Amino acid sequence: MSTPLFFDFTVDKQNNIIDIKREFAADRSTVWDCYTRSEILDKWWMPLPWRSKTKSMDFREGGQWHYAAVGPNGEEHWSITTYVKIDPQKQFLANDAFCDSDGNINDAMPKSKWTMNFSDVDKNTLVHGIMQFSDLAQLEQTIAMGFKEGLTMAMESLDAILAKR
Amino acid sequence: MRRDIFQAIADPTRRAIITLIALQAMTPNAIADNFHTTRQAVSKHLRILTECELVKPKQEGREIYYTLEIEKMKEIDKWIEQFRKIWETRFSQLDNVLATIKKQKK
Repeated sequence: MSTPLFFDFTVDKQNNIIDIKREFAADRSTVWDCYTRSEILDKWWMPLPWRSKTKSMDFREGGQWHYAAVGPNGEEHWSITTYVKIDPQKQFLANDAFCDSDGNINDAMPKSKWTMNFSDVDKNTLVHGIMQFSDLAQLEQTIAMGFKEGLTMAMESLDAILAKR
Repeated sequence: MRRDIFQAIADPTRRAIITLIALQAMTPNAIADNFHTTRQAVSKHLRILTECELVKPKQEGREIYYTLEIEKMKEIDKWIEQFRKIWETRFSQLDNVLATIKKQKK
């Protein structure tokens, strides 16, 4: 159990791709549930001190997950994920966008296409996520937003949270 | 046209130039020797890199040497690092969720 779990994060600016691989110490069906059931997603999807709040979830091809990132001061940033293709416990393709609380997509904000692959690594599960952006500016904007959020999160609270554990 | 660090590193030749001069300051001719492209093309890349403030020309005698602005490169790393941290946090939260599920199953 003490062996570190594989984690690889690469940003490919030439192809506007963020590629993330992570191993989890659980079987594939459990990990799949964590990525596809909103009551579990809400427990981990937004990094603390943000939390995820689901308004609606319909995990099937053409269905959507409409949720908000709720900040420490109650601020809400709404997102919508549209599931395009689902191959149970193996892969799903989805489109990710920002929206309002009614689910109207905000075209001014970055959008991305996600490919999520799930595979076995011994008794563990490897999740390989590929986020494809339409252009470099959108990728930059996403990273810049991450940068801003990261500052609040990583600096202020992450250390505190980890210390508590 | 936009001029920023992300544009600077969007091109493979420019990335190669950055890697080259990271090791030592070089003249445009010495840089061009490493590529199957015209000197003009290399000069154009160097101009963009200079405008993005990723490289700096320095006159030494009759030659111009290009050096890498390390601090500017770190800016890119910092951005990506923060974004990476968000995912790290997210995943460690999922680790905890999985550990809880495992306990419940036992």
